[in-house]
Amino acid sequence: MLKTRLMPTLLYKEFGLVKGTRFDPGRRVGSVMQAVKVYNLREVDELVFLDVAATREGREPDYELIDEIADECFMPLAVGGGIHSVEHVRKLLRVGADKVVVNTAAVERPALVREIASAFGSQAVVVSIDVSTTNGFPEVVTRAGTHPTGRDAVDCAKELVAAGAGELMVGSVDRDGTMEGYDLVTLRAIVSAVDVPVIASGGAGSYEHMAAALIDGGASAVAAGAMFHFTQQTPLEAKNHLRSKGVATRR
Amino acid sequence: MSRVVIIDYDAGNVDSVARAFEENGARVEVSASPAVVRAAERLVLPGVGALAACMASLRDTGLPDLLHERVLREKVPILGICIGMQLMMSGGDEGGEARTLGWLDARVERLRPGPGERLPHVGWNTIQVNPHSRLFADTPPETDFYFVHSYGVLTCDPAAIAATCDYGGGFVAAFERDNIAGVQFHPEKSQKAGFRLIRRFLAS
Repeated sequence: MLKTRLMPTLLYKEFGLVKGTRFDPGRRVGSVMQAVKVYNLREVDELVFLDVAATREGREPDYELIDEIADECFMPLAVGGGIHSVEHVRKLLRVGADKVVVNTAAVERPALVREIASAFGSQAVVVSIDVSTTNGFPEVVTRAGTHPTGRDAVDCAKELVAAGAGELMVGSVDRDGTMEGYDLVTLRAIVSAVDVPVIASGGAGSYEHMAAALIDGGASAVAAGAMFHFTQQTPLEAKNHLRSKGVATRR
Repeated sequence: MSRVVIIDYDAGNVDSVARAFEENGARVEVSASPAVVRAAERLVLPGVGALAACMASLRDTGLPDLLHERVLREKVPILGICIGMQLMMSGGDEGGEARTLGWLDARVERLRPGPGERLPHVGWNTIQVNPHSRLFADTPPETDFYFVHSYGVLTCDPAAIAATCDYGGGFVAAFERDNIAGVQFHPEKSQKAGFRLIRRFLAS
């Protein structure tokens, strides 16, 4: 049986990790390699690494860093931040990323998703859609949560899946790092509008939140950053909890 | 120490595959050089991408004839991973009709998701192992491997099946025929279970 994935997310800015709150990267949480090694030892299902400042700073992904990370990472690794071309993806896959996470560039130019999918297959491209509901509808926000686009998140999700996205990662600008729970309403709307796996991201603070995203929200996987880095909660306990709720997880 | 050549045809995650084999004690070379492939004790054909594009890249290296010779005539052990396994079949239609290496008479097709199933098939899934399989001889029951794909081998000669997976209508998760083996999942990303399989291949 296919297991529900639980994916720790590492947010990277310059030479350390940061914990974001509502997309404003803040305090450092130590060396990236340390975190990767710990997650590798804990045998997490998949690791998400997001270079949250790359696009804003007009940089490409840091291939050397990804190479180093991937060398310690014998689990699936999804890498995002600063990806704007098929060439960027080629280099990332080559140094050991298993898939890429595209956000701003995909929303601004959906053809990029099509190009990546035709070169490397849909399974290699995760499109991350960040949503804010402060304007009264699920609005797509790009550029690390700073640029409201006025676009409806469900329409955008459908368009990007049609372009070739293999998975969607649905994040919440309003809830990111708050540990108040995922945006279940937006999640559910997107899950029922597309036929690819959807990863819930942004807002997890407890095992209960994860269970809600999976059972009520219909997500295929849950990602969490702050919850694992800043509380005593662990991926292992999360899985035990989910299993007690009838969600199949890997032992 | 076993000398393994990972075939580098510009199709994806060679680095991860190389690292995983090194971690399991292999001496690894990543190469598309005919001289290196000719000297290999074991071969690994990795791959990420759409089948037709991957086959075109493999052809661009000029290696297919040498691979036929080394694998079919000289019986060098080879492991195909994901698209690498699919390339060993006779053909498929992902990204356009592709004629592939043809070492196993089977086609690569899109999985057929049942109710509640989504594509790509991505994540950790259990496999049903053929008790005669050598690759999985020491794999405990209910072991999960990491999959990420939308296409696969839905059916082939039952005698070649090493393991199946119950998703998307069911597909061949691994096959073995003489010196040729292929796995649809990613052993290099399947942690302990994957490493166990890599060590079995290295000992084959």
